[in-house]
Amino acid sequence: MIEEATQYHVNEKGYYGRFGGAFVPEMLYPNVEELRKNYLQIIAEPSFQTEFQALLRDYVGRPTPLFFASRLSEKYGTQIYLKREDLCHTGAHKVNNTIGQILVAKRLNKQRIVAETGAGQHGVATATVCALMGMECIVYMGELDIERQASNVARMKMLGAEVRAATCGSKTLKDATNEAMRHWINNPVDTHYIIGSVVGPHPYPDMVARFQSVISEEIRWQLREKTGRENPDYVIACVGGGSNAAGAFYHFLDEPSVRLIALEAAGKGLTSGHSAATTALGKPGVLHGSRTILMQTDDGQITEPYSISAGLDYPGIGPLHAYLFDSGRGEFYSATDEEAVQAAFELAQLEGIIPALETAHALAHLSRLGARAHEVVVINLSGRGDKDLATYMKYIQ
Amino acid sequence: MTNRIIHLLQVSPKNLLSIYFTAGFPQLGDTRAVLKALQESGADLVEIGIPFSDPIADGETIQQSNQQALDNGMTLKLLFEQLASMRQEIAMPVLLMGYINPVLQFGVEAFCQNCQEVGVDGLILPDMPLEVYEEEYKELFEQYGLLNIFLITPQTSNDRIHQIDYLSDGFIYMVSSASVTGAKSGISDDQEVYFKRVKSLGLKNPQLIGFGISNRETFLRATKHASGAIIGSAFVKILRQTSNLEKDIHTFIADIKNR
Repeated sequence: MIEEATQYHVNEKGYYGRFGGAFVPEMLYPNVEELRKNYLQIIAEPSFQTEFQALLRDYVGRPTPLFFASRLSEKYGTQIYLKREDLCHTGAHKVNNTIGQILVAKRLNKQRIVAETGAGQHGVATATVCALMGMECIVYMGELDIERQASNVARMKMLGAEVRAATCGSKTLKDATNEAMRHWINNPVDTHYIIGSVVGPHPYPDMVARFQSVISEEIRWQLREKTGRENPDYVIACVGGGSNAAGAFYHFLDEPSVRLIALEAAGKGLTSGHSAATTALGKPGVLHGSRTILMQTDDGQITEPYSISAGLDYPGIGPLHAYLFDSGRGEFYSATDEEAVQAAFELAQLEGIIPALETAHALAHLSRLGARAHEVVVINLSGRGDKDLATYMKYIQ
Repeated sequence: MTNRIIHLLQVSPKNLLSIYFTAGFPQLGDTRAVLKALQESGADLVEIGIPFSDPIADGETIQQSNQQALDNGMTLKLLFEQLASMRQEIAMPVLLMGYINPVLQFGVEAFCQNCQEVGVDGLILPDMPLEVYEEEYKELFEQYGLLNIFLITPQTSNDRIHQIDYLSDGFIYMVSSASVTGAKSGISDDQEVYFKRVKSLGLKNPQLIGFGISNRETFLRATKHASGAIIGSAFVKILRQTSNLEKDIHTFIADIKNR
C-alpha cells in the first residue's frame, strides 16, 4: 500500500490544505496521539491486511457489484453504473470502516468500543463488529433519534450493544458525537472510539477514508473489466459527514479527468432555514476536533441541520471534503427532500432497487447532470432503503 | 503594567482560589454581578466561560449552564459589552475560558483587542492545539498582553509537560483526573502521586489544580500540591439554584476559604 503523498491526501501535520488538524482538549490528546502514532503502521501490517481483506470478503460480502443500470441509463441518455454498497452486510458502506477500526482497536489492546450514531446505521455496523469480535459496545444516540429510529435501536440491542441517550443540546447526531467524545475523555486507556465518518481529529478523517477507499479501488477494476477503461467521467455520492463519498472518490482524487460530485441535503430548500447543505450555508470553523466547514451562527454556535434523511443530518463535512470544495476539485450540489424521494421512487421502479434516503440525494442529481451518451457515470449506492420505508410509505398513494 | 495573573502569583503564590462561571448565567445580565460578588467575597481570580453549543470537555452541569446562557441570548460580542467598564470595580485577574470556534468567528485579532480593552489578563482555550498556538496566535496574544493557559492531565507525558511549561506564562492548569468537568469529586491517592510527579519536574510556571474540587476539604488537599485550585461545576450549581446571588456566592466562598 505505498501511496505517494499528493495534495488531496492528508499532510504530515494532519491537514488537507487549511482544513483538518486535531483541535482536541488536552484530556483527549493522549488518546488521539496513540492512534496517530500507530494507525499507519497497524494498517500496513500483513497480518492486519490478511484479516481485514478476509472479513471484507467473507463477512461483509465484498467485492460489491458494479451494476450497469440500463433503464436508468436509457432515461438519462448516458452510461450509468451503480456501486452496490447497499449489498454490504448491515445494509450500507458503514461496515467497511467499523471492521477496519475494530481490528485497529484490538491491536491497541482496547477492551471497549464507544461510538456515536445518528440514524443508527453506523451504530448497527459498530454493534455488529463488536459482537463479531466479542468486545463491549456502547453507542450514544440522540434522544430524538432513538425515538425516530426504533428498529435500529432494537438491532443494536439485539447485537448486544448498550444504547445510551444523548439528552443535551439538540438531542441528535452532533450531541451523540459530543457524548461519545466525553465518554472517551472519561475512559482514556481501555476504550477505542469508532467514529463513523471522515470527521473528527486527525487521524480519523484519513483512517476512515482509507478503510472506505476499497469502494473506489473496486470501481476501478470493475469498470476496466466492464468497459475497458479505469476512470469514469463522473463519480457521484451523497455527503453528510462524507464517508461514502470519501471512499468513492479516493482513488480518483488525483485523476483530474474524473469529475467528483458531492450531493448535500438541501432539506426543505437552501433558504428555508431547514437544510443540511453545509457548503452552501456554512463557514470555516472548528467542531469535533477538526477545522472544517460548519453550519453556525455569526457568534460561532453550531446550528442544527435538517434533512429528511437522518444520515445527512450533520452540521459539518469532513475536512477532506472542505478542501475538495475549497480547491474546486470537488463539485458540491444539493438536493431537496422532495427531489430525493422522487429519485428513490425512480430507481425503485426502473431498476428494482430501493435506495436509502441518503443515497437518493446522489441519484437526484442525474436529472441535472447533462452527461453525454458515451460518458460513464458511477453513482455510489451507499445504502439500502429498508430503514426508510416508514418515510417512503407517506409518499405511496 | 505587570499582568495581573503574574503579579498575583508573585505576591501571593499560595492557597489561591480561582472560580469558573459561565457568562450570561443564570440570567443574561448576571455576569457583572457574579464577578463583583466573587471579588467581594474573596476569590483570588476568575475564569469567565464563553458559552458554546458543543462543549465536549464539559460534564452535565457546565453543558447546562452553557445552553442556558445561549438560550438567554448570550454572545461573545455581548460579553465584551458587559465587561466594558469592569476595571472600575474589579481588581482581581480575569481570564476568559472557552472553545475556539466562537473566538474564530469573532476574529482572533478583534477578540484579543477587545480582551485588552476591557482588561482581560489571560485565556484558556482548551481545544486550541499547542502547535496552532505557537504558529498562529502566540505573537498576537503577547502583543495584547494576554497569557495563554494550557491544561495538563494525568495522561500528559513529562516531555509534553515541559513543552507546555516552555510555552506558558502565568500558570499551568493541572486537570486532576482523566475526565470531563464535574464528573468526579474528591481527590484520590493516585492523583496525589500525579501531583507530586508534576511538582518534581521543576517547572517555571506554578500550577493551579482543577476538576474534582468542590469544597473546603478538596480545596485544602489540592492546595497542598499547588499554588491554588479551581472550582467550576460546584460553583455553577450554586448559581443554578440561587435566589440571592450575592449572599449565596459569599457563603460558598467563605466556606471554602474558612473565613
